[in-house]
Amino acid sequence: MRPWGRWSPLRAVAAVLGTAFALSSVGSATAQSAKPIKIGLGMALTGGLSANGKPALLAMQIWRDDINKRGGLLDRPVELIYYDDQTNPATVPGIYTKLLDVDQVNFVVSGYGTNLIAPLLPIVMERKLTLMGVLGLANNEKYKYPNYFQIQPSGPDPEANWAMGFFEIAGKLNPRPQTIALVGADAEYPRHAIDGARELVKTFGFKTVYDKSYPPSTVDYTPIARAIKAANPDIVFVASYPPDSVGMVRAAREVGLQPKLFGGGMVGLQYTSVMTSMGPMLNGIVNYDFWAPERTMMFPGIEEFFKEYQARAEKAGVDPLGYYLPPYAYAAVQILGRAIEATKSLDQQTVADYIRKTEFRTIVGKVKFGPNGEWAKSRVLMIQYQNIEGRLVEQFKGPGRKVVLYPEEFKSGNLIYPYSAAQR
Amino acid sequence: MFSWDLLANAVVAGVLLGGFYAAVSLGVSLTFGLLDVVNIAHPAFVILGSYAAYAMNSSFGLDPILTGMLLTPLFYVLGAAVYQVYYASFERRGEESLRGLVFFFGLLFIIEVSLSLTYGVDYRLVEAPYIGKSIELGGVGVAVRLLVPFAVGLAMTLALHLFLSRTFYGRAIKAVSQDRLALRLMGANPVRIKTIAFGIGIAAASLSGALLVTIAPVVPSTDRDYIGRVFAIAVLGGLGSIGGTLVAAIILGVAESLMATFFGPSWSLAVSFGILLLALAVRPTGLFGR
Amino acid sequence: MVRTGGGLLVSLAVIVGGILLASLRVNLYFYFAGYVVLQYVVVATAWNILGGYAGYVNFGTSAFFALGAYTAIFLIEAFRAPLPVLILAGGLVSGLLGLGIGYLTLRLKGVFFSIATLALSVVLQTLIMNWDYVGGAKGVTVIRPGSPLFGNWVRLLFTVMVGLAVAAVTVAWIIERSWVGRGLRALRDSEEAAECMGVPTLRLKLFATTISGFLLGVAGAPFPYYVTYVEPSSAFNLDYAVNALAMPMIGGTTTWIGPVIGAVLLGTAQQVATVTISSELNLLIVGVVLVAFVVLAPEGIVGLVRRPRGR
Repeated sequence: MRPWGRWSPLRAVAAVLGTAFALSSVGSATAQSAKPIKIGLGMALTGGLSANGKPALLAMQIWRDDINKRGGLLDRPVELIYYDDQTNPATVPGIYTKLLDVDQVNFVVSGYGTNLIAPLLPIVMERKLTLMGVLGLANNEKYKYPNYFQIQPSGPDPEANWAMGFFEIAGKLNPRPQTIALVGADAEYPRHAIDGARELVKTFGFKTVYDKSYPPSTVDYTPIARAIKAANPDIVFVASYPPDSVGMVRAAREVGLQPKLFGGGMVGLQYTSVMTSMGPMLNGIVNYDFWAPERTMMFPGIEEFFKEYQARAEKAGVDPLGYYLPPYAYAAVQILGRAIEATKSLDQQTVADYIRKTEFRTIVGKVKFGPNGEWAKSRVLMIQYQNIEGRLVEQFKGPGRKVVLYPEEFKSGNLIYPYSAAQR
Repeated sequence: MFSWDLLANAVVAGVLLGGFYAAVSLGVSLTFGLLDVVNIAHPAFVILGSYAAYAMNSSFGLDPILTGMLLTPLFYVLGAAVYQVYYASFERRGEESLRGLVFFFGLLFIIEVSLSLTYGVDYRLVEAPYIGKSIELGGVGVAVRLLVPFAVGLAMTLALHLFLSRTFYGRAIKAVSQDRLALRLMGANPVRIKTIAFGIGIAAASLSGALLVTIAPVVPSTDRDYIGRVFAIAVLGGLGSIGGTLVAAIILGVAESLMATFFGPSWSLAVSFGILLLALAVRPTGLFGR
Repeated sequence: MVRTGGGLLVSLAVIVGGILLASLRVNLYFYFAGYVVLQYVVVATAWNILGGYAGYVNFGTSAFFALGAYTAIFLIEAFRAPLPVLILAGGLVSGLLGLGIGYLTLRLKGVFFSIATLALSVVLQTLIMNWDYVGGAKGVTVIRPGSPLFGNWVRLLFTVMVGLAVAAVTVAWIIERSWVGRGLRALRDSEEAAECMGVPTLRLKLFATTISGFLLGVAGAPFPYYVTYVEPSSAFNLDYAVNALAMPMIGGTTTWIGPVIGAVLLGTAQQVATVTISSELNLLIVGVVLVAFVVLAPEGIVGLVRRPRGR
């Protein structure tokens, strides 16, 4: 009658374990004949962050091909082993243990984003590994792990440095702005950015007239824009993810929100697809960025990188220009490779010590890490969108559309002020 | 912080948003409310409609909403086909409730993944002359980007209402949910009627997808934000009541908008779902339930 | 009585086996993968007590799971409470929420109940998002305290999950065989009829929602130590709700073994796919398998085995 009736929980659990172990050991039997140097990572290839994860992976693959064309590292070919973390932090511990114990990789690098780096750090610390982080904000503040290095140029105090440029620019304006509105999404990055901005508001002595957050799934941003407009701030600082960045920009335009300075920490405006569809609506926005095709940003090797990246982008189904984070993903593995080459070692501690004390010349410029693994000096750019006409992608390849305002040494043009003046 | 001007603007924005929500939820109200088919993949069809509109817009420069309308017959056929599979696999065997749910869950995954395989995972936006413009109506600023979807949503509600109450097939669809015997006496085949209704539901989803992509950028996983909302609206409105769906959608839209304006947008979603919970506890059949 | 005693003995044996397994120096990765699969055994079994036996479909599984996890986080942050306390407390708090939705069943039946649980999940997520003590929307980093049993957290967590899985399955097994199970089945088939026959429907439903909620919370409580970083959108991930539903469906909802089979098959397949296919195809396969199963094997694998030749 009940064929399962005789089954006991013992057998059931035995079956669980048996199947799990049998299936997961399938991959472990494969032996390696040649002896490549293996670098392992989990990357967001599906899910919420995959729009950034996929280009980051492509950049690392380009580095691997570059290195292998030159004969590899320490005369050994480089192999990248990667798995999809589905933008889900819960998959990270499993993936990296697999990489380390089953695939026996020599080094790991992180996946894209703060949320995916956070669960990785304890694993790396437990095994005393060297970790190159690919764009996470303030991951190491609680752990202070010495062998962690973050390629995102947030700077020594990531939260506060993030929006520094925006406030520096605001502070120098004449007449000096008085009031500020802070608005951001209820999510990990925007909360960090807003917390940092709050501190800066105090430092610079502005008066906060609006400080609210909204859920990321908000559809209509006009009520928020209108509430901000009613508070009548001189400056509006927005920390947002792509859909809400677009929503806020459009809503600000529609309700006639015209502060003197607008932008700050909006993720997504850097994406080519967003830039081409928003077009002239972006003019005047001052926002953080990592790279722009301005003459001050032409570091050695970066043009070759983009040539290769753009040729492969379409096939990979990723951002066609790749100006935002791909060069940084490339630089992360570039640094790791340089350290391995220079020390002629695969020892975690030796490599970490070398990375800590060396200044690297990468495709994103000179990189030197500070004690907490962040860039010793912040290099979050503040750019202003200027003179965008129409929606053609070609215009974004040349200078003058994303003018670098901050930091001073990379400055490539002047702020058009106030915001409304740039919109014409 | 408070001013009458802000209040008026918030209410107007909420009503506009509600019109759009109604468009997204109409299909659920029809399939879930009248046919008892729990199509949890409805939002996935909405996103499919968004991508269709996006594809036509980016390659031929066609107006997204116009494209949405032109493509409805295609989605009608798709919906009808999905229903045929559903009917053959579940309803005919009388096992629809639970397994059907899982079937649609699977379908949601398949649509989502197929989209990201085809279009990648970049945010997709459309271009139309009315995006980024606003008009002034008696001191209240109205974003045209929201006004157009609102108008289309209203038109859809009205059209569906008229269809259900005035035409033979429409009455047959209403009958199918109430009295199968009477339907047979009318000489109509219930399966055929339900196929038509489901097709219409999916067509409505695709058109509302075109509205969605005009309002906000989409990625394949955007559908997940709408699962809760559409079912909340359909239930709150009283299942199968088309007018009720519009009213519920507007209530939710206004609630979200008021919260966003006056108290902090952070709580707006929780408030609309709080309203739903309260409504369910007090009056489980919804505002205009049968 | 003898049966129950035997069952208890068997359960103990499995737990001892689990401990032995954990002290083996097998590749650590398998403990990670095994943990996830076992976690789904608990989740699927818990869901099935309410969904399969009583016929009340809970869409808000992730809310209960996350509540367990966040209760644990609160206790870790506030008192550095030890793991057993976390699990018990996580279970109790989620069980309390379960009791709450149990009272909802008084008014809400069928899909209305399901939608209410979905709404509950959204409300709860918003609350957590705005509660900064447990990290809020930023998420929270959980630092594991010093050296645990077996010298390694993963081995310990794995063993704990073995114990929890056995406990959950045993609970389901006992319920199924007792008058409670019969009562739940009766009210699944027809609540009115059951009421007329003198089945205490409300008490049974409250029992089912509470136990189900308790077990879901228990499954979520060790989660902070497993990932070491928790933020609302991953704790409230839709995946838990989907899997909780899909696994019993694939295995079969009428017996306790169904969710176990479903969780093992689907859970393992997902783990393997993560490290082999590693692309959208992975999710596509889950979707296709799901659809194929509900279309072709309406009573799950248990149904297939019972009637090998179909209808």
